[in-house]
Amino acid sequence: MNVRSAEAAGRAAETGVLYKRRRGKELLMDWDLYLLLVPGLLFFLLFKYVPMWGVVIAFQDYSPFKGVLHSDWVGLKHFVNLFTYDKFWAIFRNTILISFYNLIFFFPAPILLALLLNELRISWFKRSVQTIIYLPHFISWVVVAGMTYLILGTQGGIVNELIQASGGEKVAFLTTPEYFRTLIVSQSIWKEAGWGTIIFLAALSGVDTQLYEAAIVDGAGRWRQLWHITLPAIRSTILILLILRLGNILDVGFEHIFLMLNSTVNSVGDVFETYVYREGLIGGKFSYTTAVGLFKSLVGLVLVAGANWLSQKFGEEGVF
Amino acid sequence: MLYKPTIGTRIFDVCNVLLLLFFAGVTLLPFLYILATSLAPLTQVLRGGVILWPESLTWDAYRTIFTNAHFVHSLYTTVILTVVGTLTNLVLTVFMAYPLAKKRLKGRRTILFLVVFTILFSGGMIPTYMVVKALGLMNTMGALILPGAISAFNLIIMRNFFQSIPEELEEAAKIDGCRNLGVLFRIVLPLSMPALATFTLFYAVGHWNQFFAAVMYITKSNLWPIQVVLRQMIIEGSTQDFEAAMGELKIIPATIKMAAIIVATVPILFVYPFLQKHFTKGVLLGSVKG
Repeated sequence: MNVRSAEAAGRAAETGVLYKRRRGKELLMDWDLYLLLVPGLLFFLLFKYVPMWGVVIAFQDYSPFKGVLHSDWVGLKHFVNLFTYDKFWAIFRNTILISFYNLIFFFPAPILLALLLNELRISWFKRSVQTIIYLPHFISWVVVAGMTYLILGTQGGIVNELIQASGGEKVAFLTTPEYFRTLIVSQSIWKEAGWGTIIFLAALSGVDTQLYEAAIVDGAGRWRQLWHITLPAIRSTILILLILRLGNILDVGFEHIFLMLNSTVNSVGDVFETYVYREGLIGGKFSYTTAVGLFKSLVGLVLVAGANWLSQKFGEEGVF
Repeated sequence: MLYKPTIGTRIFDVCNVLLLLFFAGVTLLPFLYILATSLAPLTQVLRGGVILWPESLTWDAYRTIFTNAHFVHSLYTTVILTVVGTLTNLVLTVFMAYPLAKKRLKGRRTILFLVVFTILFSGGMIPTYMVVKALGLMNTMGALILPGAISAFNLIIMRNFFQSIPEELEEAAKIDGCRNLGVLFRIVLPLSMPALATFTLFYAVGHWNQFFAAVMYITKSNLWPIQVVLRQMIIEGSTQDFEAAMGELKIIPATIKMAAIIVATVPILFVYPFLQKHFTKGVLLGSVKG
């Protein structure tokens, strides 16, 4: 028996004293595991934790020439600016509103779709519908936005051509503020509702079919079965996802909004991240927009932590 | 069947099928319209109306975009980005997830906490941009690959997956003389194929569809991936690159835009069915809390 297998046997036995004495050696034996961690740790350090440290420029008047270390400290100046700035509150309002509409219209869509799919008895039909409604998830927002432009645009857009052909007036779907939020929410539903059914269908497939049989014997119809068996089966999944959604209320899908924004709908469509991008990266207001970003991240953190606490309070598993 | 379907049930079933057919139709219709129009002859396109079936196949729009050096180059860039980027993602994710799945590893909980924390809080766009710039990654492929090299979510799911592989397998392999890396490559990875297939698909789709990082970090148009070029063509409406060809072949900008959309979409839709059977399993296995 060689040394290595003796040690493996020792570990398998896990008898206290022997195990403890070997621990120093175990660390040495696992040096390669620690080595494997290095690139990943470097990644998180460089691209996640260094930027967290970089938020200090929110408290400075950052100048690229002086660098982070030598820029002048200005305390809470940028935060005072942001809370007293009308534009900031407009952005805040837009973000919350889009999030709110998503919550009301987009959030229930996959649940309803999953419930309908679950009622299907013909399995090949079910599979085909699933395959089709998953598809848009894999398409980029650029393509979704591009298709929207081609279909709803005023110049040659097919919908407007049809409206005109039937004697109507052209509608500027893409440049009318009133339509912007509807458009955003509809696109989200089209792209992601199908994909969102996966998790609910999985929860539903775990339901014991005997429950349905027993319910039928007791005289329950389709509605009763839905109410007393199907819905309770996905209750905790719905709750966890809802809570997560509430925690991320300030995140509304950056690329999506960015691609659909134009000068005429800015008043209703400009959200935190598009604002930070435009004013910060393009406009060069690094410190101010970092303060905006920090505000958003902190609110997000509090909301997620609160939501997690709530979920445990409801007797559900926490998300983290 | 235990019971006779009532009339109500029958009506519901029929409505349900019709409703789902409608949803599937709404999902497919935009694709069909764009695909059919991109292939339809000019006369049919100019006549107007929704085209869901081309009268005859015309490849002019495709010929035009494939003879455009800028477009073809961006496709090439995107292919390289997708291959190199996905490989980087997979290697880094597996390397980090595997040690974290080992209960005996010291400091494991701390590292996991630090990883999860990055999901909850981030420095934001500007500080991240400054780091990428300071590292000299601007206008390099590195800016599109490295800042997203590991997805914390995928890492956690991967780790849970590794943890679900019985430890006895590792012990047996070690008795047979396998070291840690041997266990990973010869036992754990072959058993993780569904998960690996899933993550390959997810990461690859992410790279193929990558848009915003390129907008932020790539200012030279010869390094733009396909999505950026697409946006420029369709949303900003700049198709002057194609004008010469358009005059010659008698096609209109809309058809070229549609062909470009199809070219940028089809490769991704093509890999999806092959991996589909894995991903529902892969996603669900890993997302069970461990």
